[in-house]
Amino acid sequence: MKKIINKPENIIPELVEGFVSANSRYFEKVLGVNGILYKGRRKDKVTLVIGGGSGHEPIYSGFIGRGLGDASVAGNIFASPDPGAISETAKAAHAGHGILFVYGNYAGDNLNFDMAEEILQDDGVKAAHVRINDDCVSAPVERINDRRGIAGGVLMVRLAGAACDLGLSLEDTKKQVEHVADNLRTIGIAVSPGQLPGLDKPTFELGDDEIEFGMGLHGEPGIKRDKMRPADELVDVMFSHIVKDMPLKAGEEVCVLVNGLGATTMLELSIAYRRVKQLLDKAGVLVYDADVNSYATSQSMGGFSISILKLDEQIKKLYDNPCFCPFYAKEGKA
Amino acid sequence: MKNALNVNDCKDMIRFVADKIIESKPYLTEVDSAIGDGDHGIGMAGGMQKAKEKIDAMDPTEDAYRVFDTAGKAMLMSMGGASGVIFGSMYIAGAKNSPPKSELDAADIAKMFQKSLAAIKERGHASVGDKTMVDALEPAAIAMSEHSEEGLLEMLKAAEQAAHDGMESTKDMLAKYGRAKSLMERAIGFQDPGATSVWIIIRSMREFVEN
Repeated sequence: MKKIINKPENIIPELVEGFVSANSRYFEKVLGVNGILYKGRRKDKVTLVIGGGSGHEPIYSGFIGRGLGDASVAGNIFASPDPGAISETAKAAHAGHGILFVYGNYAGDNLNFDMAEEILQDDGVKAAHVRINDDCVSAPVERINDRRGIAGGVLMVRLAGAACDLGLSLEDTKKQVEHVADNLRTIGIAVSPGQLPGLDKPTFELGDDEIEFGMGLHGEPGIKRDKMRPADELVDVMFSHIVKDMPLKAGEEVCVLVNGLGATTMLELSIAYRRVKQLLDKAGVLVYDADVNSYATSQSMGGFSISILKLDEQIKKLYDNPCFCPFYAKEGKA
Repeated sequence: MKNALNVNDCKDMIRFVADKIIESKPYLTEVDSAIGDGDHGIGMAGGMQKAKEKIDAMDPTEDAYRVFDTAGKAMLMSMGGASGVIFGSMYIAGAKNSPPKSELDAADIAKMFQKSLAAIKERGHASVGDKTMVDALEPAAIAMSEHSEEGLLEMLKAAEQAAHDGMESTKDMLAKYGRAKSLMERAIGFQDPGATSVWIIIRSMREFVEN
């Protein structure tokens, strides 16, 4: 597959250079490492630092701005950034009220962010973390700490940004974000593999007439390979997995994110959302807000995910906080 | 053939190991593509290249452990991914809290690997049988302790064999960590890329000492 790149070894530095200079009104680069700072970051609150492997743009690198991350760290493609890059970026962004890291729950990210926290603590900087683990079919509920983080990360970053904006302590901010994680579930489906720049083979193999339920954002195997079917039938299966894991009662309120993985179009995503709304209506569940877009991508992978965030007063208050970055902007409560 | 490694020997050995890993990049990529992201070879080769550069730029030292610490930190602070922390820790933890020494003998190297193993198991929570690099590192470290009195070369020969057997044993295992975990039984039949790197590192140490 053709990719618009130069030398493979320069992909990440060139990505960061282009990303920062295209958004130089809002972004600046951290000297010496692949970290990005939001220029307008507030100094009177906990600093939110997000990050992970590259290749999923606009998440995470781009989700820094008002009411979102204060800084982001970019690893190599699909690989966590190193502890030096993470701790240097966090120190550059820190405003004296502690650092909250929010990142996907993967072995590599956990090891590197943990080590960065140790480095910061040695330097007298308070740091804590919340791991994104919204993929509700990636591990059973008994092993909920093994679940991967996927597109629900968009909502996690937004609500973590809002929690930081409230001006709470690091401990209380972390608690708010953990509460969000408890009420967020996502399931994905793959219809075609992605192609990583610099590698010859696609990320996985899938027959022309096949789909895979629950496949991860890096092509991790899901729960069931099946034949391609009409959109409504795919959504019905996906929805059933979410409500099995997080039951929804009539009268409850939710926010929905239908996220494309890269090669799936707004046309298809809209058709999928339409079915999600029908199912929620039938269950008597109220949609507070919805979003149909491609924020957490996997290069040219085809497919999408459905994320459902169950609201209570606390989460609603966070959701109503306005936010802005070049890739994601919400007015909050009108 | 050497029976102890002075500071320069340690530098040359780490450079030699690094070159062997860099040479094995296509092989490691192939092994990792079967059950992982396919980026293990790229990551390891990049980290080893950084280790070489930092060793070349080191201030003069009389402490051989400093060479391993420098190489490990270079890997830790450049690679990213799980292997950056794990393989960086392998060199760093081995050297940590060791009183300075200008020459390392077989017993010193054996002790380094024991410390590396303990640190990696603590950080990564993996045990033998989980289909990780620990499956090669633990038997290799044990073999070193058991054979350290036979001299450097004999000790490394035993460790190389143990690491190789450990690497082979990962083929029959289900993975407990990383991307291969979600493959479940589909990971059977494929060896762990991290265990493969451990084998290459120890084999290269043996080759360096032998020649």
